[in-house]
Amino acid sequence: MNAQIKALHFSRRAFVQGGAITVGFALAGVSPRASAQSAATATRILDSKEVDAFLAVNGDGTVTLFCGKVDLGQGLRIAIPQIAAEELGIDVDKIKFIEGDTALTPDQGRTSGSNGIQRGGMQIRQAAATARKALVELAAQRLNAKPEDFETAGGMVKPKSGGAGISFADLIAGKQFDLKLDPKAQLKNPASYTIVGKPLRRPDVPAKCFGTHVYMHDFAVPNMLHARVIRPAAIGAKLVSVDEASIKDIPGTKVVRVKDLLAVVADDEWNAVRASRVLRAQWSEGSGLPVQNGLAASLRNEPGIVDETLVNKGTPATQRPDGAKVLAATYYWPMQSHASIGPSCAVADVNNESATVWTASQGTHGNQTTFAKFLGLPKEKVRLIYLEGSGCYGMNGHEDAAADAAILSRAIGRPVRVQWMREDELGWDPKGPPQLIGISGAISADGHILDWRTEMWIPKTTRGLPNIPLLAPEAAGLEHVPGLNTGLISQNADPPYAAESIQVIAHWLKDAPLRPAPIRSPGKPANCFAVESFVDELAADAGVDPVEFRLRGLKDPRAIEVLKRTAALMKWQSQPYQLASSNGAVAHGRGIAFVHYKHSETYVGMGMEVAVERATGRIAVERVACAHDCGQIINPDGVRGQIEGSILQTISRVLMEEVTFDRSHVLSVDWGSYPILRFSGVPKIDIDLIDRPTEKPLGAGEAACAAVGAALANAVHNATGARLRTVPFTPERVKLALTGKA
Amino acid sequence: MASYDLRINGNAQTAEAADADKPLLYVLRELGLTATKFGCGLGQCGACTVIVDGAAVRSCQIRVADAQGKMITTLEGLGSAATPHPLQTAFINEQVPQCGYCTSGMIMSAAALLQSNKTPSEDDVRTALDGNLCRCGSHVRVLRAVMAASGQRG
Repeated sequence: MNAQIKALHFSRRAFVQGGAITVGFALAGVSPRASAQSAATATRILDSKEVDAFLAVNGDGTVTLFCGKVDLGQGLRIAIPQIAAEELGIDVDKIKFIEGDTALTPDQGRTSGSNGIQRGGMQIRQAAATARKALVELAAQRLNAKPEDFETAGGMVKPKSGGAGISFADLIAGKQFDLKLDPKAQLKNPASYTIVGKPLRRPDVPAKCFGTHVYMHDFAVPNMLHARVIRPAAIGAKLVSVDEASIKDIPGTKVVRVKDLLAVVADDEWNAVRASRVLRAQWSEGSGLPVQNGLAASLRNEPGIVDETLVNKGTPATQRPDGAKVLAATYYWPMQSHASIGPSCAVADVNNESATVWTASQGTHGNQTTFAKFLGLPKEKVRLIYLEGSGCYGMNGHEDAAADAAILSRAIGRPVRVQWMREDELGWDPKGPPQLIGISGAISADGHILDWRTEMWIPKTTRGLPNIPLLAPEAAGLEHVPGLNTGLISQNADPPYAAESIQVIAHWLKDAPLRPAPIRSPGKPANCFAVESFVDELAADAGVDPVEFRLRGLKDPRAIEVLKRTAALMKWQSQPYQLASSNGAVAHGRGIAFVHYKHSETYVGMGMEVAVERATGRIAVERVACAHDCGQIINPDGVRGQIEGSILQTISRVLMEEVTFDRSHVLSVDWGSYPILRFSGVPKIDIDLIDRPTEKPLGAGEAACAAVGAALANAVHNATGARLRTVPFTPERVKLALTGKA
Repeated sequence: MASYDLRINGNAQTAEAADADKPLLYVLRELGLTATKFGCGLGQCGACTVIVDGAAVRSCQIRVADAQGKMITTLEGLGSAATPHPLQTAFINEQVPQCGYCTSGMIMSAAALLQSNKTPSEDDVRTALDGNLCRCGSHVRVLRAVMAASGQRG
């Protein structure tokens, strides 16, 4: 028996040690889920090096998981319990799941970058393995036998030889593990898995279908007021004056102003909406926006560009062999909105001593410091509690709404619920940044890539920025750190194929026209659109079949398998590169793209069949085929859902989406001016999941997004001979390309 | 403050509102019927769809004053865990929702369709739901679920 197990018996760790804090929080009338979370008011250890931070064995035989990553609809509420249940040896329905509450869950980093399972889940797997080892050792000690003679199943430690076991609850007897996460704790052999790899149903789905799921938007606390924030008439404008009398006819409403943060509050939500519409306020001139028309080209000439070589492999040839061809092309991806269906919402209860904020933020823990700073409170007095909102795919307005609510609550001394309106969400959510990408390359007469050079003009993330600057603290003149965060938008700008030389140069822009934020698969949809379109251009020039051309340049067997299985789904017959020969009113074509996400994660092959109506320039995606290898699959139905979502959302972004603006503010503020995909545009989707149980699980939430643009563009080229290099592929743009004017 | 007599999910209910123009959506949510969601307030997204006198209606676009005397059904009234509507069963079987914010409106639009067309084609479903937006990309599962709920293979 080791010292750790001994410690378990006598564990009465002082509250103040090891990152533990005492939480006592209850509110009458709160939602069932929130009160369930609040009910878990025991001393919590939050240090992510400790097993107790992640899981607790309850007296009733259940196990509670405390997960710093949150479920945004991507299925962590079942996938993470599957991982933990498997590793512990307990039924998955005996697992309770608490997520994203700074008072209850350890900080596992923001739920982003498709790392919920590959990082967060693996931390919890290791915690569960450590816990299982401790439980087995406890049972062995009690029964005076050797640990290796025991196994766990159904929440019991049982002798392998059969006979009675001891339940986890009996072994723990209400105490804590008091154990460090053991990075070497033996993990179960995937061959023995009975829970991981199964398409178990997500526990939140029934409530979402019966209307009983409590979203952020449905959450209320007693004595709460409804607020609507009035954003400035122009970006960067200051509030000159406000006419409070202008809302006097609307009962129960009041103006709240904190410097340039302007809001109305009311008992009745509709009255708050009405008041926000009639309130008269005078704003200064804004800080000004660039001219949208020609923005792409102007990025090259922005002041303050800093160049950085990101990839430098081989030496570009000074002299190319006979028959080599040189190509160059420029691609552009515009600013896009997260375009969440429900505008952002939050509730906050803030006073001079403490703050509680209910938020749909993907990063409650990271925001604890940010909120503490602008509220002038100690970090431990600020609690952020995650409640699911309308789907968010990076960072929409959720965190801004939370900051609005926090500052307004403190100003009026009552809990405040802020709900954004449609024009707030599309107008003011932080946007996916613009990306201008130039590629030049040379290909040999026998179809091999010689030189490759990518140059990107993209906004640079500010080093050390804790969070992207939120609107409300800035408007209210509170402490905030200015800067940009766009996510890792420079990845996958080099091809995964063999080449004599590859260079990638980032021309970092010091600013972005609109406040940027990471948006699903940050940067990669644009980079892979450029890279995989250019690869197709090279293949076309060499007269080589696009699948064959890619296979020639790949060595990684997983990459090769994904590509081959995508081709098989497409019933792709290899043939020298040629356009589909159709001169009819509607041209049909097929295209393919391959992505190895971040060159180190999930492998995706994407095939598309499209129809292009020549007269109108309208593109219809008819069929999508995707082979997908994300290593060990935890829940195949969850992975399928994420791939379907990645494909459809990115088709929408590629075909339809671009934020428009004038010199002062965003113009695309409703679903007419910022259209997204509808049912009429939804293709048939075939997915081939490649499960590799003995490999590490990799992210499935966004890798497939990266392959969509090029597969679509390559299919349009195959159909019509026209290359589309600017997103979105609007009918007008397609018509220009068809007539060679693009 | 005026009172409005409403018939919601088979029950008579009285709503107080200072403004006759208050959209039905806000009234429903204040009555605790929060399945119906605010999405745009413009009748463009379908998140707030309810059934009024047999037709799918955007509850953000109908005034409380105009909802008087009409039969209003929300997702809560369509079915429950104890007595699910076939669409709810099918949406669960197909594991349709991701974030699920649009799901209530999707089910209500589909329910209105199935009331008038018991065996719609997939194209009929696409047409009936074209005004219901989803950002997570649950569309293919929605189509499968609606076909399954109407006893057809999706």
